[in-house]
Amino acid sequence: MIKIKAKDVDVFYGKKQALFNISLDIEENQVTALIGPSGCGKSTFLRCLNRMNDVIDICSVKGEILINDFNINDKSCDVVRLREKIGMVFQKPNPFPKTLYENVSYGPTIHGMAQSKQEMDEIVETSLKKAALWEEVKDRLHEPGTGLSGGQQQRLCIARAISVRPEVILMDEPCSALDPIATAQIEELVDELKKEHTIIIVTHSMAQAARVSQNTGFFHLGQLIEHGSTDKIFKNPDNKKTQDYITGRFG
Amino acid sequence: MNKNKEQLLNKRYKAEQRFRLYGLSAIFMALLFLTIFIFKIFSTGYSAFQKTWLIVPVTFDAELMMLDQNPSKEDLQDADYYDIALKSMADLDPNANEDQENELKRMVSYFFEKEIKNELLNDPNLIGKTKEVYLTASDDLDQVFKGNYPRDLPEDQRRVSDYQLKIFDQLVANGKVESKFNISFFTNADSREAELAGIASSFMGSIFSILVCLMIAFPVAVLAAIYLEEFAPKNRFTDFIEVNINNLAAVPSIVFGLLGLGVLLAIFHLPRSTPLVGGITLSLMTLPTIIIAARASLKAVPPSIREAALAMGASRMQTTMHHTVPLSMPGTLSGTIIGLAQALGETAPLILIGMVAFVNTIPGSPMDPAASLPVQIYIWAESAERGFVEKVSACIMVLLGFLIIMNLFAQIIRHKFEKKWS
Repeated sequence: MIKIKAKDVDVFYGKKQALFNISLDIEENQVTALIGPSGCGKSTFLRCLNRMNDVIDICSVKGEILINDFNINDKSCDVVRLREKIGMVFQKPNPFPKTLYENVSYGPTIHGMAQSKQEMDEIVETSLKKAALWEEVKDRLHEPGTGLSGGQQQRLCIARAISVRPEVILMDEPCSALDPIATAQIEELVDELKKEHTIIIVTHSMAQAARVSQNTGFFHLGQLIEHGSTDKIFKNPDNKKTQDYITGRFG
Repeated sequence: MNKNKEQLLNKRYKAEQRFRLYGLSAIFMALLFLTIFIFKIFSTGYSAFQKTWLIVPVTFDAELMMLDQNPSKEDLQDADYYDIALKSMADLDPNANEDQENELKRMVSYFFEKEIKNELLNDPNLIGKTKEVYLTASDDLDQVFKGNYPRDLPEDQRRVSDYQLKIFDQLVANGKVESKFNISFFTNADSREAELAGIASSFMGSIFSILVCLMIAFPVAVLAAIYLEEFAPKNRFTDFIEVNINNLAAVPSIVFGLLGLGVLLAIFHLPRSTPLVGGITLSLMTLPTIIIAARASLKAVPPSIREAALAMGASRMQTTMHHTVPLSMPGTLSGTIIGLAQALGETAPLILIGMVAFVNTIPGSPMDPAASLPVQIYIWAESAERGFVEKVSACIMVLLGFLIIMNLFAQIIRHKFEKKWS
């Protein structure tokens, strides 16, 4: 089933066009990887999906992005609601400089998801468990989240993102600041999370895309060159550019 | 080729050594100036914290005080102390003629009558008895005792006569002159008499001014900074505002004084010489300082925190209030304290709005006339009496102490509450 449908999306930073005519379908409960060289627009596209580009004054987005058949670029779309449904994990772990508990409970608090302290405790516990962090931190929930290691911080950010039970999780190079062991943990986690969430992951590492994703889109110079199942993109791409990139001839 | 390289390397090391030397000598110079400055102030000022007392036997003669038998408290309050006070001083030299008696009287402060009265009010049983009472020495004798008085000047150029010096020396020889910690310097308001003048009025004036300034400048500045930094669109108009805030920070303080005079006093008719007007004027001055500090510390909050909050579905307001503002508070607060410390040391605008007036009462609220510490320094520095010289330095010491404490506080806030970013 198709969860997100992008149609003719153009993005401009001031006068400079960053994305050209992107049309891409994203399957529900699967992992879609966006790959491509630096500056190709894959992160920009990801940020269109939860309208994080709104934050940038000079950025304007044209075209339709349908999530559950609802155009999120429509004026009637409420970004607060949208971002409740679409979580995001950033390139650099960015926990709030607060306690672990506060980090995870922040989303449910502002969206009024827990009626009691007990319910909140449960949300925090399940989120941390899903993020495979519970065992490591259950004794120090009230210590600052910034005191964790990089990999733990990133899993904390994932726990924070899933605490509001989003339908989609956007991951913007979530492992680029992590060591290989922490990366492996996150990848395992992504595999687990796709059972309940639709995941879109931007990555620099083609190996990672091959390991975690079912679908892959290849971006180059602001254009979506090719997309399809990961198997096909990696083994038998249609486009010469894709082939060159995959085989490491440029990028 | 190799030799050339060697030479070049040596040259580079030499240049660095020279540069270090310049830096060290610059720091040395700065420290030297600071030491001279502090030494000068302390060496002139420390004696102001001591006060000289004459110990004079006073006979509480009921007849001279016009008291009946068994006087009540009120009677004691209303009694006439001037005669016994005069007599006690005159008795210091039994052979004194009338002129000399007058000189004897001037050896103590004009307050001596009150001091004798207080003695009796504390212990009514003293009537008819003689007791040695501590009387505040006149400012000139105070200086004589502290060794600051040029005794070798010819008599007609001195305010202390040879006769007074003779009696004073006798008293010193008999151990009847004592130096004690000068409490009245902290509890008295200003006075024309140096021996009685204190900083209570100006200290309270400064505190009230600073409080008024804080209460106006802080909320306005923080709201302005938050709006400009977090909500305002970046366009020509906001650029224009930003430039003008920076300009405002560079406006000489006396201009704000003129504004206070022209607007607050002339148009709004607020009470002249009060900490209220002073505080409002100072807040105009402090406003840009706080805005700039608050904006800088808002800017220093990493954008990733804002993104994290926004991506969680927090509204812009929630992002700002839950995350950005709390994180920027240490910087904002220490900027505020530094702004207030500047305001505390400001003299020019306060002179224009009339806080330079002679105020001999201690203000109880920001609506009462008051001086402020820097203005007090200015007033005393203008006074001719020798006794005020040490007071100026002592007042500077109090002001500096106040400033150091505030800056220390700013440092502590910054270090203690600043979050470390991993």
